[in-house]
Amino acid sequence: MTVAVTLSKGAAPVFHLEDEHAHAEGGSTMLGFWIYLMSDCLIFAILFATYGVLGSNYAAGPAPKDLFDLPLVAVNTSMLLLSSITYGFAMLTMVKGRVGATQAWLAVTGLFGLAFIGIELYEFAHMIHEGATPQRSAFLSSFFTLVGTHGLHVTFGLVWLATLMGQVARYGLIEANRRRLMCLSMFWHFLDVIWIGVFTFVYLMGMLR
Amino acid sequence: MSANTKIEGGLHAHDDHAGDLHAHGSLRSYLIGFGLSVVLTAIPFWLVMTDVLASKQITALVIMAFAAAQIVVHMICFLHMNTRAEEGWTMMALIFTIIMVVIALTGSLWVMYHLNANMMPVHDMSRMP
Repeated sequence: MTVAVTLSKGAAPVFHLEDEHAHAEGGSTMLGFWIYLMSDCLIFAILFATYGVLGSNYAAGPAPKDLFDLPLVAVNTSMLLLSSITYGFAMLTMVKGRVGATQAWLAVTGLFGLAFIGIELYEFAHMIHEGATPQRSAFLSSFFTLVGTHGLHVTFGLVWLATLMGQVARYGLIEANRRRLMCLSMFWHFLDVIWIGVFTFVYLMGMLR
Repeated sequence: MSANTKIEGGLHAHDDHAGDLHAHGSLRSYLIGFGLSVVLTAIPFWLVMTDVLASKQITALVIMAFAAAQIVVHMICFLHMNTRAEEGWTMMALIFTIIMVVIALTGSLWVMYHLNANMMPVHDMSRMP
């Protein structure tokens, strides 16, 4: 129950009991989703800390210099960055209410995301083929956990993206779909922010060791 | 029971979409963000791939600075962070998270580094059988 004091200009304050004022449906979704992203950020912080602690324990196994292929990582980074900007374009066309263009940009985003996952899986497969499995050393365990968790996030982002494309195809750009697309937008850009940390601390700093 | 003081007359008159997370940004902000990100990504890769700087420590510090700058660019241009969104609560959550992340990261690295440095087993070869 809320006591409201209504101050009309110049008039005496009016005290009255007010019912819980109505919230627009989904009015708190954005803040709630942001707080989810912050909690996700803490998960990644712990994984980064784990990698920071264990990252130089090679157990006489391969070191970052033997494993990482920087040009491939650069291509991967550009895939994710391009998918970020194309998702931005999807949001801009969504605001204008253009269903077709929104779907097209979402599809392009999905393709870049798939390319990212594909390259990452290729990299993992290549490493495992050379014997650099997660069981090989503490460095590799923490590497696969950190980078794999990010990759899993992107994978689920892609599932979400496909689901939303289906929703938009079926119901159009209704208010609920716009809200969902904005949540995914935050999720997707957030993953790009995490990737900045990954390519800097894992790949680039790994090559400096 | 909460006392809710409503002041009628334009305090809450936000012009549509301005200043909350519902802001979608503009083409300009996305393009600026993308351009800056490309530059801030390309330079660290170039620094590491060509070994331009003599010292590895300096290279590491420089690429960390570039990463921090790029994270800020992404926050502003792509995630549309500002101090007004949701009456400042998104910024508050972000600041809280940054504090937690800094404590977790520096704490872990600091403690474990000293543990590694001080508790390293001493290999006394003369006692080996």
